[in-house]
Amino acid sequence: MRRLITAAGAATLVLLTAAGTTLACGGLIGPNGAVNLLRTTTFAGYHDGIEHYVTSFEFAGGGGAFGSIVPLPGVPSNVERGGDWTLQRLLRETEPVEDFGFERLSAASAAGESAEVLLETKIDALDITVLKGGGDQVGTWAKDHGFRLPPDAPEVLDFYAERSPIFLAASFDAAAAAERGQQLGDGTPVHVTVPTPNPWVPLRILGLGKNGQERIEADVYLLTDRKPVMLPVGRENGLLIEHNAPATELLLNDLRSDKGMEWIPESGWLTKIGVDATAAQLKHDLAIDASGQGQPSLVAAGMKLPGPAQAPVPTDNALALVLASSLLLIAAAVVGVRLGRPSITPAQ
Amino acid sequence: MLVLLAALSTIVSGCASAEAAGTSVEIGIRYSRFHPANVTVPRGRPVTFVIRNDDPIDHEWIIGSEAVHEAHRTGSEAHHDGRPTEVTVPALSTRETTVTLAEAGSLEFLCHLPGHEAYGMSGTLTVEG
Repeated sequence: MRRLITAAGAATLVLLTAAGTTLACGGLIGPNGAVNLLRTTTFAGYHDGIEHYVTSFEFAGGGGAFGSIVPLPGVPSNVERGGDWTLQRLLRETEPVEDFGFERLSAASAAGESAEVLLETKIDALDITVLKGGGDQVGTWAKDHGFRLPPDAPEVLDFYAERSPIFLAASFDAAAAAERGQQLGDGTPVHVTVPTPNPWVPLRILGLGKNGQERIEADVYLLTDRKPVMLPVGRENGLLIEHNAPATELLLNDLRSDKGMEWIPESGWLTKIGVDATAAQLKHDLAIDASGQGQPSLVAAGMKLPGPAQAPVPTDNALALVLASSLLLIAAAVVGVRLGRPSITPAQ
Repeated sequence: MLVLLAALSTIVSGCASAEAAGTSVEIGIRYSRFHPANVTVPRGRPVTFVIRNDDPIDHEWIIGSEAVHEAHRTGSEAHHDGRPTEVTVPALSTRETTVTLAEAGSLEFLCHLPGHEAYGMSGTLTVEG
């Protein structure tokens, strides 16, 4: 099963999955700890230092609530209902045969302190909360709000909080969904706007709640202004560049015509990265330098902790890494990623 | 439950006089792992285990024979506080329990919350004497 993540600019974590040309499947941690499948869809674009992130949280049924926690690269300036078909159009672009309709943001992590709630909004049956805090704080907030975190959550939350203490928690109220007449698999698109100097795509969180040998498959679409340099890529990391070309005018026009997508630029570069890795293998995120400097951040990739003397990877080295992997580099302005979203079930 | 209680009776007696013995063992929990994962205690003397959970999620510290653990793997108790060898340690908290282990040998201590044992939340207690 292929997972689809659409990520704009790299900053937002899009946890989406799609089966083949359909939509996405993400891990859902049930009340008994079992991992179920949840279908979600996401798209993100990066242009003029702003990441626009559209992800679809799909209703998985059941009598209670469930949700997801998504690490973000910065504080969103807006969270609203997204367009209805952006992701599908992007899929069509790269799978035409298919027919389907950092800088360090320090965060106090003192035990017992609560995460700071930066934003709360409701989109259809989804309760969206943007949080700022350390891993323990966000974990405590999630626990206090009924999320059932898997055993790897404390370490994974710290992994992200050490680089960016911003998280988006999305909780699906099944009762509200039922009142709205939402059916199993129906998605609610959410558009997150995040100013960020360079995008990154959180990948490690896709393994949340999975054992080390479970496979993670996802498609990550990047649409950026120029050809990006990324870190890491390569078969040894389970990341392969599967599409690398200028975005067509038709695609950009189509994307721009969807709700809230007026920001889509006149030109851009489309990259598709296939993720096929075990959870144990996927220990890093995807750092993207869309600035033209050719220096993807080791911090953004999760290979180094943030600090005052962080040296980015020199362009030549980054290129060597990519070339050694027999992969093409991609520069783009918008990032579309198809991935699996690890979701966490609020206790009943 | 009978299996579990029978197993416990062979390894545990009393739970209130650890202070007098002065034997205390600290076990930390971080990132869903026990630290240390290997502990040695004397046979026949009360030992107070101080279990500190530094994770933002709940954990358990359950010690016993394989029969005990097997019972818990399929059990349904959501919370443990009635037996000294079975302790729920809520998120970011510390719990103490005192146990006297009557027989020398080796026992496992585990967290039986869903997925935690498979994730690696296990340790070994060696009883010497």
